[in-house]
Amino acid sequence: MINSLFLINPSGEIFLEKHWKSVVSRSVCDYFLEAKEKALEPEDVPPVIHTPHHYLISIYRDKLFFLSVIQTEVPPLFVIEFLHRVAEMIQDYFGECSETVVKDHMVMVYELLEEMLDNGFPLATESNVLKEMIRPPTILRSVVNTLTGTSNVGDTLLTGQLSTIPWRRAGVRYTNNEAYFDVVEEIDAILDQSGTTVFAEIQGVVEACVKLSGMPDLTLSFMNPRLLDDVSFHPCVRYKLWESERVLSFIPPDGNFTLMTYHVNAQNLVAIPVYVKQSISFFECGSDGRLDVTVGPKQTMGKTVEGVMVTVHLPKTILSINLTATQGSYTYDNGTKVTTLWDIGKLNPQKLPNLRGSLSLQAGAPKPEENPSLNIDLKIQQLAISGLKVNRLDMFGEKYKPFKGVKYITKAGKFQVRT
Amino acid sequence: VQNSDVGYFENCRCVVFYEQPPPACAVRSQKRSNCEPMIARGKNASDLFPAVVKNVACKNIEVKKLVYVYLVRYAEEQQDLALLSISTFQRGLKDPNQLIRASALRVLSSIRVTIIVPIMMLAIKEAASDMSPYVRKTAAHAIPKLYSLDPEQKDCLIEVIEKLLADKTTLVAGSVVMAFEEVCPERIDLIHKNYRKLCNLLIDVEEWGQVVIINMLTRYARTQFLNPNMNEDKEEKEKKKTEATAIVKRKPYVMDPDHRLLLRNTKPLLQSRNAAVVMAVAQLYFHLAPKAEVGVIAKALVRLMRSHSEVQYVVLQNVATMSIKRRGMFEPYLKSFYIRSTDPTQIKVLKLEVLTNLANETNISTILREFQTYIKSNDKDFVAATIQAIGRCATNIGEVRDTCLNGLVQLLSNRDELVVAESVVVIKKLLQMQPEQHSDIIKHMAKLTDNIQVPMARASILWLIGEYCEHVPKIAPDVLRKMAKTFTNEEDIVKLQIINLAAKLYLTNSKQTKLLTQYVLNLAKYDQNYDIRDRARFIRQLIVPTDKSGALSKYAKKLFLALKPAPVLESPFKDRDHFQLGSLSHLLNAKAGGYQVLPDWPEAAPDPSVRNVEVKESVRAVETVTKKSKPRIGSSESESEEDDDSESESSESEEEESEEESEEETKKKKKVGNERLENTRTTDIHTHTHSERRNTHILNCDSQPNTIASVQVFDTICKPAWLYMQFLLNPPLPVSVPQTIIPSGNLKTYELLHRITGEGLSVEYCFSRQPFSPDPHMVAVKIQFTNSATSEAKSLHVEDAKLQSGMRIKEFPEIEVLPAGETISVVMGIDFCDSTQAANFQLCTHTRKFFVSIQPPVGELMMPIFMTENEFKKEQGQLMGMNEITEKLTLEEKCQGEHAVVQRVTTAANLSRVPCGSDKECRFAGKTVTSGSLVLVSVVTKEDGAAQLTVNCEKMVIGTMLVKDIHQALTQ
Repeated sequence: MINSLFLINPSGEIFLEKHWKSVVSRSVCDYFLEAKEKALEPEDVPPVIHTPHHYLISIYRDKLFFLSVIQTEVPPLFVIEFLHRVAEMIQDYFGECSETVVKDHMVMVYELLEEMLDNGFPLATESNVLKEMIRPPTILRSVVNTLTGTSNVGDTLLTGQLSTIPWRRAGVRYTNNEAYFDVVEEIDAILDQSGTTVFAEIQGVVEACVKLSGMPDLTLSFMNPRLLDDVSFHPCVRYKLWESERVLSFIPPDGNFTLMTYHVNAQNLVAIPVYVKQSISFFECGSDGRLDVTVGPKQTMGKTVEGVMVTVHLPKTILSINLTATQGSYTYDNGTKVTTLWDIGKLNPQKLPNLRGSLSLQAGAPKPEENPSLNIDLKIQQLAISGLKVNRLDMFGEKYKPFKGVKYITKAGKFQVRT
Repeated sequence: VQNSDVGYFENCRCVVFYEQPPPACAVRSQKRSNCEPMIARGKNASDLFPAVVKNVACKNIEVKKLVYVYLVRYAEEQQDLALLSISTFQRGLKDPNQLIRASALRVLSSIRVTIIVPIMMLAIKEAASDMSPYVRKTAAHAIPKLYSLDPEQKDCLIEVIEKLLADKTTLVAGSVVMAFEEVCPERIDLIHKNYRKLCNLLIDVEEWGQVVIINMLTRYARTQFLNPNMNEDKEEKEKKKTEATAIVKRKPYVMDPDHRLLLRNTKPLLQSRNAAVVMAVAQLYFHLAPKAEVGVIAKALVRLMRSHSEVQYVVLQNVATMSIKRRGMFEPYLKSFYIRSTDPTQIKVLKLEVLTNLANETNISTILREFQTYIKSNDKDFVAATIQAIGRCATNIGEVRDTCLNGLVQLLSNRDELVVAESVVVIKKLLQMQPEQHSDIIKHMAKLTDNIQVPMARASILWLIGEYCEHVPKIAPDVLRKMAKTFTNEEDIVKLQIINLAAKLYLTNSKQTKLLTQYVLNLAKYDQNYDIRDRARFIRQLIVPTDKSGALSKYAKKLFLALKPAPVLESPFKDRDHFQLGSLSHLLNAKAGGYQVLPDWPEAAPDPSVRNVEVKESVRAVETVTKKSKPRIGSSESESEEDDDSESESSESEEEESEEESEEETKKKKKVGNERLENTRTTDIHTHTHSERRNTHILNCDSQPNTIASVQVFDTICKPAWLYMQFLLNPPLPVSVPQTIIPSGNLKTYELLHRITGEGLSVEYCFSRQPFSPDPHMVAVKIQFTNSATSEAKSLHVEDAKLQSGMRIKEFPEIEVLPAGETISVVMGIDFCDSTQAANFQLCTHTRKFFVSIQPPVGELMMPIFMTENEFKKEQGQLMGMNEITEKLTLEEKCQGEHAVVQRVTTAANLSRVPCGSDKECRFAGKTVTSGSLVLVSVVTKEDGAAQLTVNCEKMVIGTMLVKDIHQALTQ
């Protein structure tokens, strides 16, 4: 299956390699680096590359390339999914996934990779099991380790892999027993020039942070489960009970995890919380253009819209821009793509934020054909835009009373306004 | 020593390796710790090999693991030195702790040194019948490793695979199917017997195993079942061919229940969080499900499209293929394929492909409107792809052809040359379908030759004008004139088309173009490219009449001006579904190494009875020894074996089953009796059996009815006989449930709550020495409540356990009512963490709470294990020094004699006897319940009641306490 893994930074330097079968020379990465050179953006590198003797499957995540080498037929998604798990595992252990972090914890990352695959086949990918084997670093522990000479590798033999619920480690104990659930909804939408909705849908995810002692058996029910159209679950959720009673019944992993993701069946009747009035024009003759964007609240269910951000991908021929914002600030990045990021912050219905000014094109450049599209980012606290509500959370199997909490957030997902 | 060593190692971790000479013991650690980053960075650290290998037996786990990594990485290059480490692993393979056995096997099998192939083979075989499923899983992982090292072992490995395929635990299933796929994917016959089991276990297997199993089962189903769409497909074919194939009588299709089972059991997995699992189920449904049911996968696939862009990329490839064959399935999700300007180009192109495949008469207007937005994009590759897509929509859907054509013509005035060029190429294809009506478009395009420079577009225009020169009789010669002027500067592809145009014009309008054609042909004659020279010579011979002109020239007109069929614009994904979807080969559209071809449906279904499960191999082996008095025994056995994992088969009524089972138990006990004991004992057991019947049946709910049954037999026989039997049972049966030795009657009971303090409620407990099934690391404590009060006691339960750190309690289920004068027993589990500290908790009734505590004698903290004499000696040899405690004692009078010794020791501690050649020595073995550390006891008797007691135990505290307890038991 998976033969080797290479971690490559954006400049093409290989800074970690791990082989689970016989060693593959790192020169195999040249094919990948060649493809990377060709691609304009890192995202454009094809995920699957065919070389004379190997197949290279890669993902681009957190500004790093995870490149795996395979020799025989294997479902590509199998590999891609695994690579994402590796990235998530690094993120989970060290707080972020970046080159410096991996370099700082080289030995531990290496030990983790060793445990995750055996002969190229996944062995332990559950974070609870891994954490039992190799404890994540904390400041306190590293101090203790230096003083006492113990290490991060767990010295008790783990039992998680042996049990029928491999996602939960045994012997969990907390003084404060708490369970928090975040219902996060994202609006994916495409609005056209006139502001009408071309396409809109709501994706939701229930993130959980469960810190309960022992082996709690939880049941989470919704007020309106009919809203949920398509769902996917963490392996701990009992699917049969969902099918028959529409409740989530599960023995949770310890710590943070994604309980479920869902898609709301709203048939395009999605409330769009903001409207955008824009006019971007380029003059036919001169090398000039104008930009005028206003953002205002629309269907916000009486809540404040926060964290509004507008990203404009301007054409490459733009030389400079001169804009003024009535609220917030804008930054301008003239890299491979010219992007303007306008950070508005809170939306005030009385005084609508506006960004306007002139754009100047490179001399002699033709008028851009397409107007740039706007990507909107926003956040609404304490609201699930679909109206989904958690009804109750019950716990069985343990005697103590846990502290429970549910939080709702609505965000913009891939929210795009065509101009 | 250990600590300072490791501390040093931690400090040195980042020091550049080989720098200063540290103290002798630390240097090794330092070297080791530094080579791991070196390996990770891809540097060669092989010089250090000898220094590192020496440390393979190190006690620190992290160091040990790093040494393993190092060893596996460089063993192939330094074979001789690697061999030095082998013995360590071989020892590990015999370790009583399953995790150590597993990790030893894992490392051993990863060392790629051919000399140890036989050792590996032996280790795998042994591990495959290990009682721990985790070790068996590791054995399954080791199979492909050995196979890649030495393919000649294939036959032996297949035997192991066959054995492991029969395993019933979810832990093993995924790994063994993986091994199957790598070693012997062609041996589909091995799957028959395990098919239903695999289907039923599937949902509980870990995610990665699910993917492998589902892919394998797809292939299996294709060979074993009939095509569920057979009738529909046939209809289609018949419609097309209109052949009267009346010979084939159309049978109504009935789906095999096993086929249904597979579809039903995989469907919930569409809700998995793992994209690979969802894709695997989707391809299974696409390849195996009846048409009407395939639709369920669309929603799940659309969900995957919201994932990471790499996942999107792969899913879209598959959706593109699926959408050609089953368009209706994705139509409701059309808008999910709309393109965002921020999508990577490869995703955009794939989405476009899907949108094109989904276009039909009803949605084409929406799609075209969407395409119009895309054409304005800045991403020119994407625009080109959009134009192609429009062309394909236009050819497929007649109604919109004109609209599309007009739209494309408008694009001809686009400022970007690439867009224009692409439009020209597409328009050329479209025009070929109905040229008559579009002479003005051709005229328009003729004008473009002045501006457009892209060779492909120029060539297309020239071809069009040449082909339809009759529609533009005035313009065509003029275009040729212009082209003749620039001929020398054109690209080859354009030159060829100029020659073509000249030839066609010469044939239709020779008056005006004769000289021009000659001029062009002359230019071509001296061109640098031989293709062009060849073409010029060929055409000259063909069209210009000379005296020697061949027979062909009279057909020149027919040759050049023949009606050419319009090109068919096809999706590049057409017919890609002959590759199994979701596979790498499908993605690349080329067979990848190791790809297993997805077979076609069979014409007639193979015998479905091959999947019926019969008597299990192991059971059969035992049964051959017994008298076959009743042939029914086999079938009843298989039922009881099967009923916990296949619901479909438990059709028998409860009563009948229990009857059969106890009958079978009787048989087994008879067998044991016949074989192992004198005949006289047989009847003895028989009488016991009846009283035990109910009990046995309850126990049978567990997964291994046969072993438990036999345990039960042993329980009922009086002790010396049982011990005698254990002797004979050497080597022992592979029993996963540890035996209990002492019958429950002899157990020592302790008081938990006195009748007076408990206000009438008295509670006693004993250590039942049965394995505690919910958690094998707990000691089972049997608690007996007696209510001697006048009123009933309600809701008896445990509360508020105050435990030492690490200790755990599994409470017994609450007893609702205990009437006055009644007695009830329950079992609870306590993990004492291998210490004799008491577990304190509150025992509550509906009115009162009592503080109670249970303190285990050290002998109850262990459970018996089986060992052979050799193993015992070997293990004892490893536990010398600090771990061995010896004491001399004088046996009490009544206690002189082997039986008495055995009885006293086994009463004092939960150990099992190990066979021994000499009758002067008694040996016992067990392991601690929580940590699984080995406990070995031997008592050597001498003359006059003198004896020597030896206890070997890794945990010194336990050893010391045990010596004290046994000493007391033997002397008093």
